[in-house]
Amino acid sequence: MIFNEQHELIRKLASDFAKKELTSEVLDKIEETDVFPEEILSKMGKAGFFGIKIPKELGGAGSDHRGYVVVMEEIARASAVASLYVSSPNSLSGGPLLLSGTEQQLEKYLRPVVTGKKILAFGLTEPGAGSDASGMTTTAVEDGDSYVLNGRKTFITMAPFSDYAVIYAKTDMSRGAKGITAFIVDMKSEGVSCGKPEHKMGLIGCATSDIILENVRVPKEDMLGELNQGFTNAMKTLDVGRIGVAAQSIGVAQAALDEAIQYAKDRKQFGRRIADFQGISFMIAEMATKLQAAKHLVYDAAYKKDTNQNATTAASMAKFYASEVCNEICAKAVQIHGGYGYMKEYRVERLYRDCRVFTIYEGTSQVQQLVIAGQLLK
Amino acid sequence: MKILVCVKQVPDTNEVKIDPVKGTLIREGVPSILNPDDANALEAALAIKDNDPNVKVSVLTMGPPQACEMLRECLSMGADDAYLLSDRAFGGADTWSTSNTLAAGIRKIGDLDIIFAGRQAIDGDTAQVGPQTAQRLDIPVVTYVQHVQVIGNKVVVQRQMEDGYELIEVQTPCLLTAVKELNEPRFMSIYDIVDACSKEITIWGHEDIKLSPENCGLKASPTQVFRSFTPPTKGKGEMLNGTAAEMSKSLISKLKGLHVI
Repeated sequence: MIFNEQHELIRKLASDFAKKELTSEVLDKIEETDVFPEEILSKMGKAGFFGIKIPKELGGAGSDHRGYVVVMEEIARASAVASLYVSSPNSLSGGPLLLSGTEQQLEKYLRPVVTGKKILAFGLTEPGAGSDASGMTTTAVEDGDSYVLNGRKTFITMAPFSDYAVIYAKTDMSRGAKGITAFIVDMKSEGVSCGKPEHKMGLIGCATSDIILENVRVPKEDMLGELNQGFTNAMKTLDVGRIGVAAQSIGVAQAALDEAIQYAKDRKQFGRRIADFQGISFMIAEMATKLQAAKHLVYDAAYKKDTNQNATTAASMAKFYASEVCNEICAKAVQIHGGYGYMKEYRVERLYRDCRVFTIYEGTSQVQQLVIAGQLLK
Repeated sequence: MKILVCVKQVPDTNEVKIDPVKGTLIREGVPSILNPDDANALEAALAIKDNDPNVKVSVLTMGPPQACEMLRECLSMGADDAYLLSDRAFGGADTWSTSNTLAAGIRKIGDLDIIFAGRQAIDGDTAQVGPQTAQRLDIPVVTYVQHVQVIGNKVVVQRQMEDGYELIEVQTPCLLTAVKELNEPRFMSIYDIVDACSKEITIWGHEDIKLSPENCGLKASPTQVFRSFTPPTKGKGEMLNGTAAEMSKSLISKLKGLHVI
C-alpha cells in the first residue's frame, strides 16, 4: 500500500479544508482582485500545510512526501493558486534551507516560513537564464564580512510580498555551474527592489515579479551552504519541486474530469445527454485513464522519496507526464463544455488557463525528458 | 481538569438511502463521519483546553472496530486520548442499552469534570443518549448547550430555547449536550494527525467495563424498530436576495446554469 492511515487523514483534512474554505465565491473574488485572502493563509498555516514534510523539531508537521502530495492534490483540485501557497514553503522556499541551512539559519528563516509567519521566495531564474540556470549573470563579490550582489532574477513567485529570498549568484564566473553560491537575502535590504507584478495567463492571486539586486550587501552568515555549491542545492530543491507540480497537475486534472463528467450528464443535445454520445464518453474514458496513470507516477515518486530510494527519474517522469496529461484533460474538458467552456462563468475556463504553466515552470517538459533520458542513457 | 467527549460514528445521511422494500438503511458504500453535533461537543472541550494547558480531553465511543477511524480524527483535532467500547455483545443496542454501556465505560475512565455529548446523532435523531447517560451516572445534565463558560468548579451555560436561551449555572461533574450553534468545529491539523497515528486507542469489551452480556446490546434493549421509511419530499424553493437588478442577474445566471435558457 502506498498510503497509510496518516496519509488518508491528511487527504481528508485537505479535502474538508478545500470544501469549506475555498468556495466558489472566495475563488471568484481572488480571480477578480488578484489578492489571496490572508485569513485563509492563516488557516492553512494552522492546519500545518506550510510545513507538511518538515521535521517537527524545525517547526514543521513531521509528515512526508506522500502527505505533501495528497495536500497538493486536494487543494489544487479546488484551487491551483491556493496550492502554490502550499508548495512554496514545503518545496522551493523551504527546500534550499532544509538541504543546506545551518542550525541558526534553520531557526531564523525556516521556522517562521513553515509556521506561516514569513514568506520566502526562490530566486534562480533570470531573464537570460531559464532552463539553462547555470548561465546566470547575477554576481556575488566578497567584500570584507559580506558579499555584494548585483543582478536581476525574473518570474519569482511571491517576490513582491516576500520577507526573504534565496538568491543564487555567481561567485566564480569562470566555473559555470560550479561557480554558483546560494544566499539568503532580506527583501528589505538596501538595493533590493521588485519589478511590477507580471500579468499572467492563470494562477491569478499570487504575484510574480522580478527581483532586482543593486549592490546588495549580504552578511557572510547568510550564505546558504558552501561556497560554489549553490547549483547542487538548486537542483536538489527542484527535484522535490517537481513532485509538487506533478501533484498540482493531478489535482487540477481531477477537477477538470469532475466538471466534464457532470456537464456531460447534464447537457442535452439532439434529445439526449451528451454523455450518451460515444464521441464524448470515449473522451471521458481516455481522460480518466490517463489521469489514473499520472496519479500512480506521482504517488510512486513520493513513495520512493519517503523510502530513501533514488527518485530523480521517477520525479521527472511524474512531472512530465502529469503536467502534459493535465493540459490534455483540461483542454478536453473545455471541448466537452463547448461554447460554455470558453466563458469565464464556467470553471473549466480557469482550469485550462491555470494548468498551462505546469509543463513550463520548475523544469519544462523538455528538461524533464533530458533528465529522464540522461538517467537512462548514462 | 478532565473532560470527556462522547462521540458517534454515523453514516453521512446526505448520502444514505432507505431500501424501499425492506424498510432498512442501505449502508453499503455510504461514508461514515463524526456525528456533526459531536464535533461541536469536541470543539467546546478543545476550546477549554486551548485556554488551559492543564485540561485533558478524552473521547469515548461505542461501536465496531472501524469506529477507530473516527477516533483518530478526534485525536487529529487535538484530543489527548481515545476509548472505544467494542464487543459483539454491544451490537443492536437502543438508547437505553447504549447509555448503560457508555456509563459503565465512563465509570471505568473515572474522575471526570465535564462530559460533553452532541445533542443527537443524525442517524437516529433521538437526543436521548446524553441525558440517559447523565441519569445513570447520577450527575446533572444540561441539554441544547449553545455557550459554555467554565468558572472554577462550576460551568455557566446557555441552554438554547426556541425564542431565546436559559442561563444555567451547573456544578461539575456534569454532562452537557451541544448544539451546532455552540461553535464552529476546527479542522484537524497535520501536526496532530502525525501524533494521532502513533497513539494507542484503548479498546474495552463487556468484561473490561464489568457488564454481563445480558445487560448489553440487543438483549438489553426494550425498543424494537418496527419500520423505517422515507417520507415524501417537498419541493424546496430558493429565495433570492438583493435589489431587483441583482436578483434578476442571479436568476438569469442560475437558469443559464441549468441550461433552461
